Amino acid sequence: MSKQTPSQTVGPFFHLDLPFEGGDVLVTANTKGERILLEGRVVDGDGEPLNDALIEIWQANAEGRYDHPEDAQEKQIDPEFHGWGRCPTSQDGVYRFQTVRPGPVPGPGNTLQAPHINVIVFARGMLRHLTTRVYFEGEALNADDPILARVTDTKRRETLIAKKQNGGSAVYRFDIVLQGANETVFFAA
Amino acid sequence: MIDPVPYKPEEEGVWPPTLFPPYTSTVKRAPRQPLVYIPQTLSEVTGPVYGHSKLAVDDHDLTKHHKGEPLGERIIVTGRVLGDDGCPVPNTLVEIWQCNAAGRYRHHGDQHDAPLDPNFSGGGRVLTDAQGNYKFITIKPGAYPWRNHQNAWRPAHIHFSLFGPAFVTRLVTQMFFPGDPLLALDPIMMSVPDPVARDRMICKFDIGLTKPEWALGYRHDIVLRGRNATPMEH
Ligand SMILES: [Fe+3]
Repeated sequence: MSKQTPSQTVGPFFHLDLPFEGGDVLVTANTKGERILLEGRVVDGDGEPLNDALIEIWQANAEGRYDHPEDAQEKQIDPEFHGWGRCPTSQDGVYRFQTVRPGPVPGPGNTLQAPHINVIVFARGMLRHLTTRVYFEGEALNADDPILARVTDTKRRETLIAKKQNGGSAVYRFDIVLQGANETVFFAA
Repeated sequence: MIDPVPYKPEEEGVWPPTLFPPYTSTVKRAPRQPLVYIPQTLSEVTGPVYGHSKLAVDDHDLTKHHKGEPLGERIIVTGRVLGDDGCPVPNTLVEIWQCNAAGRYRHHGDQHDAPLDPNFSGGGRVLTDAQGNYKFITIKPGAYPWRNHQNAWRPAHIHFSLFGPAFVTRLVTQMFFPGDPLLALDPIMMSVPDPVARDRMICKFDIGLTKPEWALGYRHDIVLRGRNATPMEH
């Protein structure tokens, strides 16, 4: 039987191929749902921003349906929304996506997962990518989310909650801290 | 309610650790808290589906991205993308990037004192066919120095990015060339614990793939996490 190929770092030069125009914009003028801006900074163990990280996101549409053949829910696919984005960090370590707030999706058993965005972090110095999830501040379903419940330390669980920014109608801030006191929770599945 | 069929776990010894001090950049970038294990939900077993419409005809042929031919040894790199259940992964996006024959990336951050090639950019992409096959035409990349330690050189390599069918099958890796004396000295390659797994990142020279008077052929299969047998019912 075939054996898995190991992961290796993206290194510092992935800009040659991976980022593309519009990779950070998941919406069109006709996408259904509440528009949000998801933004944040990626920092290392010294609090220094990473100018050579690449963030990818994967999410359900506003109704809570993934644009993928294995999502057999009766909810509708939105032809104007595919749910995948890719954004390299800027010189200041900032990434930013224009997307919609996803709907809830089924969890294990008969549970429901709170609205969330799946995140992959790549960077030089990371031999394997890290995965995390963005949940939304003020969302009532967070309390019963089966994945958030796995993070028993309530302070650490807070690292998974994007904070609504003052002023902006729907700007959510989600910093990614690779190491240190406020280290983001990273998952393995 | 039927839970999704999970993908198999990462194989023991195959995936490198997050912290590997010989690769010095990991020291400030590796999380110190353990990863939190979660079940594979709909979010983990789905993933982006890429369309043919976004690819141009010559995206897989890196020697055709400029008016002239790039310098260096022309090579064909081909193989299959599979799951570790043995099933081919069709219609999945494979992206590559690499330096030129002299060991220089067309990137503002590359300070190596080797010449750029006006006829080589170093990025390519292709979708696998129905049987999981992919093929690139490019030139053999050179070795290049980096500042990880005294007299550090990366062995010749091509960076690969693959999606597979799900969020959990995402893979970024590197492909190396057989017989390279720099391999055993490379902390990035050596970060993979299992030496047999390391060898799976080295392509194989294939005289059958080699085109007379034109290009050397290398075969390289890439294996992603595959599926377990049966769904669990609740
Ligand atoms: Fe490289």
